[in-house]
Amino acid sequence: MNALPLVLTVFVACAVEAVEALTIVLAAGLTREWRSTFQGMAAALIVLAAVVAVAGPALTHVPLGPLRLIVGALLAVFGLQWLRKAILRASGYQALHDEQGIYVRQVAAARAAAGGRRGWVHDWYAFTLSFKGVLLEGLEVVFIAITFGASQQNVGLAALSAAAAVLVVAAAGVAVHAPLARVPENAMKFAVGTMLTSFGIFWGAEGTGVAWPGNDAALLAIVPLTALVALGYTALLRRARAPAPQTVRESAG
Amino acid sequence: MSGWLRAFGAFWYDFIVGDDWRGAAAVALALAATAVLVHAAGVNAWWLLPACVFAALGWSLRRAAARGRP
Repeated sequence: MNALPLVLTVFVACAVEAVEALTIVLAAGLTREWRSTFQGMAAALIVLAAVVAVAGPALTHVPLGPLRLIVGALLAVFGLQWLRKAILRASGYQALHDEQGIYVRQVAAARAAAGGRRGWVHDWYAFTLSFKGVLLEGLEVVFIAITFGASQQNVGLAALSAAAAVLVVAAAGVAVHAPLARVPENAMKFAVGTMLTSFGIFWGAEGTGVAWPGNDAALLAIVPLTALVALGYTALLRRARAPAPQTVRESAG
Repeated sequence: MSGWLRAFGAFWYDFIVGDDWRGAAAVALALAATAVLVHAAGVNAWWLLPACVFAALGWSLRRAAARGRP
């Protein structure tokens, strides 16, 4: 199978999560203290790297059939979650992810919180805020990178793609010095949800013993079909939400 | 210890399954049904999982929209 879908899916998924992590790191660093913020970020990255280093090679020892069944099921469920959220946001049933608003709330909380030194960390609040933000957003990336990478037997490439996305977002954050509020986050979430769901369907069914018509080429039909279904649901929900046109009653008299 | 285990389980449940457990249940049931059709009935049921996943997504969205309708 071509490695391009693996690289692109992991890159975009990682970029979405990195944008969210960047907002938290900026709020901690700009309002509290950069040294403790970087310590928290580094600690979270070490934990994430350890998870990849342990889980990645371990998964490559699982036979491909059962691995694809489990990974397919997980990706389909995970992808449905992303797609559902993106569709509800795109159709106006849920508020769009507002990086600027989240940043303002995080800054207010960071300003109000008490400081305090613990061991080698100057500002424990900045450390924990940064650690939690990077770890929680990073876990989603690790999950996607490991499952995608293991199923295509290329965890290394998935990890490289994830690292590249983090570097790109970090560079943009350094350049802009503000939350990346103009990134089309929901469109990216929609695309990643489509890819995760499609690959989940493909690998999950393959894991049960199904032979796809056209083998790997079936993905060329599954991915656009998933996107079309999702776009169709979005259009239906938008239409359902739009106010009905008012009818003018003409009085008989 | 039990509190920590509960929090750990709740985190992973929320992480994987999210807001609507029905989607996860539909995927699991569809995979089981596909495996039965393939191995017990000899039917190459490649169509079953995508059909169930798309239906589950529609069902879940419909429920969410009904709750969030202005």
